[in-house]
Amino acid sequence: MNGAQDMGGMQGFGPVVKEPNEPVFHDDWERRAFALTMAMGATGLWNIDIGRAARESLPPAQYLTNSYYKIWFTALEKLIAERGLVAPDEVAAGKALHPAKPVRTAKPQDIAKLIDNGTPYTRTPPAPARFKVGERVRAKVMNPATHTRLPRYVRGHTGIVEHVRGCHSFPDSCATGRGENPQWLYTVSFSGRELWGAEADASVKVSVDAWEPYLEPA
Amino acid sequence: MQLRVRALESILTEKGYVDPASLDLLVETYEKKIGPRNGAHIVAHAWVDAGFRERLFKDATSAVHELGYGGRGGEHLQALENTPKRHNIVVCTLCSCYPWPVLGLPPVWYKSAPYRSRTVIDPRGVLRDFGVELPAETEVRVWDSTAELRYMVVPMRPAGTDGWSEERLAELVTRDSMIGTGLAKRPEQVK
Repeated sequence: MNGAQDMGGMQGFGPVVKEPNEPVFHDDWERRAFALTMAMGATGLWNIDIGRAARESLPPAQYLTNSYYKIWFTALEKLIAERGLVAPDEVAAGKALHPAKPVRTAKPQDIAKLIDNGTPYTRTPPAPARFKVGERVRAKVMNPATHTRLPRYVRGHTGIVEHVRGCHSFPDSCATGRGENPQWLYTVSFSGRELWGAEADASVKVSVDAWEPYLEPA
Repeated sequence: MQLRVRALESILTEKGYVDPASLDLLVETYEKKIGPRNGAHIVAHAWVDAGFRERLFKDATSAVHELGYGGRGGEHLQALENTPKRHNIVVCTLCSCYPWPVLGLPPVWYKSAPYRSRTVIDPRGVLRDFGVELPAETEVRVWDSTAELRYMVVPMRPAGTDGWSEERLAELVTRDSMIGTGLAKRPEQVK
């Protein structure tokens, strides 16, 4: 969706400000919000794309003014509420009032494995790749109202396939409960002038990783 | 936020959806164990071992596994080589994708609107925010992490470091130099 998360190329946010000796977490609630997001993610009740979609669907003004962990936590509350894992009266009371749903809880002995193994996203290809390295492709003009990973700033622009990255689960499907629907993934590079016009810096090149359904021959 | 987060944690714990000991372990791992030192080790190793360097650029996921790194957030790792002709810089315009096993969790600026919006349209301006000015003829190559591939930059080895041990070289490798918003430190900067 064309939400506030898709901010590549926007202007007016000011300089990037680096914090000297930045700590990993700035407050204890950030530690817990991070860990809760990870632990609830490990239950398998939603996937990474559903998680991202929940964050992106926050109203743009809220997305742009909240800290990153606040965005994460607000999305987590939403995911939990949508699945009826915690009811509104429980949130209001600050305690459990109803029986729990059966959930696969991440136990301390599972954590090292969870971190060390990760979750690879490559899948067996259902068909040969449509594009090859060096080929010219155009990022499709598309504006799905649901989750997508094709940023607005490349849509309609022509680039070159730099790498074929194998077949990966497809976020647009995963986020909307339509299964993994594996698709070939390509790194496609665009010249700065193709994206930003004749006045742009000619020494700049930008790439995105794009699944096959995002691309058409150019 | 403190109260709101604590309240939810307590309900989730009471219902058995989360185990507080697991939460503690997650925090401890990402706060204390996984960080940019991992990446610095990888880069320094690539500077001294040509065979490893070759494997790193061919298949970074397997190469860093040789050194004991990998896992969540680095399932499909790619290493990008900085040269005098090309400077790489990594961004995630859509969220905060970052190579966790090698750099740890991202700093706030990496997840901020200024960085995410501007890196793809004005990377040299972003570099100037970090005090980095590149020659006009250097290609600036921006990698927007829109899929589950995770990118780390291998900065150029600074001059005047011949014969340095891997441990000493690792001290020159900053987090920012592996994102592409910085360069490796010069020898005089660590004395």
